[in-house]
Amino acid sequence: MTTVFTLQIDGRDVAGSEGQTVMEVAEENGIDIPGLCHLEGIHDRGACRLCMVEIAGTPKLAAACMTTIVEGMDVTAHSERLLEYRRAITEMMFVERNHVCAVCVANNHCELQDMAADLELTHFDLPRISPKVDIDASHRLFAIDHNRCILCLRCVRVCDEIEGAHTWDVMNRGLDTRVQTDMGIPWGDSTTCTSCGKCVQVCPTGALFEKGRAVASGSKRQRPFLPWLKVVKEERGQ
Amino acid sequence: MSKPRVATVWLDGCSGCHMSLIDMDERLLDIFERADLVYGPLVDFKEFPENVDVCLVEGAVSSEDDLHKIKLVRERTKTLVSFGDCAVTSNVPGMRNPIGVAPLLDRAYLENVTLNPQIPSDVVPKLLPTSTPVHRVVKVDVFLPGCPPSADLIYTLLDDLLAGRVPDVTGARFGR
Repeated sequence: MTTVFTLQIDGRDVAGSEGQTVMEVAEENGIDIPGLCHLEGIHDRGACRLCMVEIAGTPKLAAACMTTIVEGMDVTAHSERLLEYRRAITEMMFVERNHVCAVCVANNHCELQDMAADLELTHFDLPRISPKVDIDASHRLFAIDHNRCILCLRCVRVCDEIEGAHTWDVMNRGLDTRVQTDMGIPWGDSTTCTSCGKCVQVCPTGALFEKGRAVASGSKRQRPFLPWLKVVKEERGQ
Repeated sequence: MSKPRVATVWLDGCSGCHMSLIDMDERLLDIFERADLVYGPLVDFKEFPENVDVCLVEGAVSSEDDLHKIKLVRERTKTLVSFGDCAVTSNVPGMRNPIGVAPLLDRAYLENVTLNPQIPSDVVPKLLPTSTPVHRVVKVDVFLPGCPPSADLIYTLLDDLLAGRVPDVTGARFGR
């Protein structure tokens, strides 16, 4: 039998099962905790830090997507302090690489752009780093523009967990961190990529896109397939 | 009492923000009933005047001329509005920043040219090493992101500023 825990999120009494994360319980109860790396259907990773919440009794912030609930937990998901951090994190994502919404394939279909709007970010106080970053368009159907990548690693997870190909992984460290195909070879030369396109569908920004798409036409409309695929996979006992 | 003095300035941008300004249609009449347009690409005044109450600045600061202009604008303006994505983030003009000025000019004026290749040096102002948002050069009072900001947002902003309210830019976002 599943143990049910009761807890509070933003002063509301909510309940969840043992093993669920704060993020999952919040979602079930219609409490919106922002996040750019969390996506139902793939395992959480805690990469973007936007879902950081305050938990009474601990001085540190915790990522809601990586924190499992316990009985009596008192979670604050929205506060002035958290808003300030979320704005700072979003701003850092924008200035770290070259995000130019106006000419991006994901313009109007971008979770990073939406996040900035939701947090009412009107400008960036930090200077842009403007790094010289590559685009790999060697794949027949898709391309990756590292200028737009925020390292949420959804592509890495969906490729591994759902498609089972593990074409995507991560290389280098710090500002040089990049997602890579196979062992850093051009995507088009990958022998593991099945060209399924799941990575493109889960990408929150315009980093991964279908070739031939114009500015603002790269919507990710096929995304609802994900949780369903996870159920199928579990039922097959994989 | 004289009317508030409004100016607009066009730095390194595509003029799309000014097009969106004109898109206010008949609301332009309402705004300029209550204010005088004293400078900008839409009117024929040669010098940026003194004592400007509100100035909308479109475009990034990309050349020595932009830099000179924006400093003058700041000196003579009470409320400076960073108007649109190029002014706010450097947007498209800023896409040259990772490349650098010399390789950029080489590519545009030497490598891809068959007739009389030369890098222009007379008349046109020199490019700055990077194209920067306005607020990295002078103090900005209000930010209105958008590529372009909608006519509705521009109207709300001007309406608020002319009425002496803190402008409500709710709904403004990068890109469009």
